[in-house]
Amino acid sequence: MSGPRAHIVGVGESKYTRWGKIGDVTEHALACQVIQRAVEDAGLSMDDVDGLASFAEDRNEAVFIAAELGLPRLRFGNMVWMPGGGGGCAAVGNAAMAVETGQAEVVVVYRSLCQGQFFRFGAGGRNAAVAEPGEPPPPTVQPANSLMMVSMGFSMPYGQLMAAAAYALPTRRHMHLYGTTSEQLGHIAVTFREHASRNPRAVMGGRPMTLEDHQSSPMIADPHRLFDCCLESDGACAVVVTTAERARDLAGPAVEILASEQGAPQGYAFGPFTNANVAEEIYATGGCEEMANRLWGKSGLGPADVDVAQIYDHFTGCVVMQLEDYGFCKRGEGGPFVESGALAWKGGSLPTNTHGGSLSEAYIHGLNHVVEGVRSLRGESTSPVDGAEVCLVTSGACVPSSAVLLGRR
Amino acid sequence: MSERFFPDGMPQPLADQIHLPWWEAAAEHRLVVQRCTECGRTRIPPAPLCASCGSHDSDWQEVSGRGEVFTYTTVHRPIAADQEVPFVIAVIALEDSGGLRMISNLVDVAPEDVEIGMPVEVVWEDMSEDLAVPRFRPASP
Repeated sequence: MSGPRAHIVGVGESKYTRWGKIGDVTEHALACQVIQRAVEDAGLSMDDVDGLASFAEDRNEAVFIAAELGLPRLRFGNMVWMPGGGGGCAAVGNAAMAVETGQAEVVVVYRSLCQGQFFRFGAGGRNAAVAEPGEPPPPTVQPANSLMMVSMGFSMPYGQLMAAAAYALPTRRHMHLYGTTSEQLGHIAVTFREHASRNPRAVMGGRPMTLEDHQSSPMIADPHRLFDCCLESDGACAVVVTTAERARDLAGPAVEILASEQGAPQGYAFGPFTNANVAEEIYATGGCEEMANRLWGKSGLGPADVDVAQIYDHFTGCVVMQLEDYGFCKRGEGGPFVESGALAWKGGSLPTNTHGGSLSEAYIHGLNHVVEGVRSLRGESTSPVDGAEVCLVTSGACVPSSAVLLGRR
Repeated sequence: MSERFFPDGMPQPLADQIHLPWWEAAAEHRLVVQRCTECGRTRIPPAPLCASCGSHDSDWQEVSGRGEVFTYTTVHRPIAADQEVPFVIAVIALEDSGGLRMISNLVDVAPEDVEIGMPVEVVWEDMSEDLAVPRFRPASP
């Protein structure tokens, strides 16, 4: 059997703001800042760091970050193929794999996202800041320069490039198949907002939400109302992964990475976002069930062992489908499950997104969910779950995804 | 030129050499799927090889353009300047295609009348002389 498992020994975060509100520091400077904070939190120095890992086509390439931080050497520089927010936990898993196999000793996983400094995701033609003079050329087929762009080429001409619309497709089908309702989705948004109310880092911490607020929020892409959609944020965070041996020598509390998994089902490609031909039996799911079963299998744990969960919440419907994928309820029963209050910090059977999630804390491509997972097991969450020993953290679903199980004994 | 449903500023198709023949057929108002000449399995979007048998040989098979709504969303935010909202994005399950679906739009229908399972048929929108985009509308009886 495998040797001692990797641990997360430090976390670092910047302030989290609304989209475009961090302009005084560049996205990549912010990445460096949170890596410094995470390393300090771990009780380590930059001289100890020999690996960097990220995901989602990170603009802040490890080789430059390593040079700027003054790392003595870079032994492991890793980028996850799983696209977008699907790769957050995979980056942690890859870091764990690196330290467990001796590829590196101390790997920092980071994500910095100041999208206001770049184009707006999903905005399409509205991003065009500089119009060419004169009449625009007539619409035609344009050359695609990457497989992702080829894939988008079969969805974009129909206006399908906004995430709220893309993920509405499987959610609408879930409603059709199982009777899931908008009010049930609203319970998720309201619950996470309530959790954010205790979290000083949460962008929406001071903005209480009722179910009526959710139901009266404007429709973006049916069934997604505004409050079904995650925030668009500026901010950054990082976690430090090292060996069990190094973790033992550090003063601070360490959290064990019990298991990690990443991947996609057969024929999934980018999932329903661009792939209309995702197999019918998994179209109205998060696409994570096979991966979840592998995670449970390798960890020897099951859904009933999870004390607290941080579930990637780009959209409320994706939370419902993931809860089913991971076996917290049966397929099709995610709606009633969330309506029962299961996700609530107080009284819920599965306290979820105790920081407020991407819906109410910040949208940092879900790496902040890993940070909260660590906090919740260290007893440092602002919505603490007493005696929590096992935390499930998931990454973006309805695209190729990943997950980690964190533990503290 | 056909009836117009969407403005010129809609995102344009992106294609590599493998996808280009699909759009060339579309420009002639032919809705096609790629078919493996080895095992007969069909596929869209186009791909260099068959995921079933691994063959790189394929041809193009025209389909009727009839199908039904597999899922949909009504979008209330414009993607392009001068675009009317709401508009409907749908996944269409294509008849006589070997079980394939494609993302497209529903036109000539009020968003509140759209239902999963409703029968639809292709309607071609000429965006320019070189570009026709397939949309779908409720099937004529």
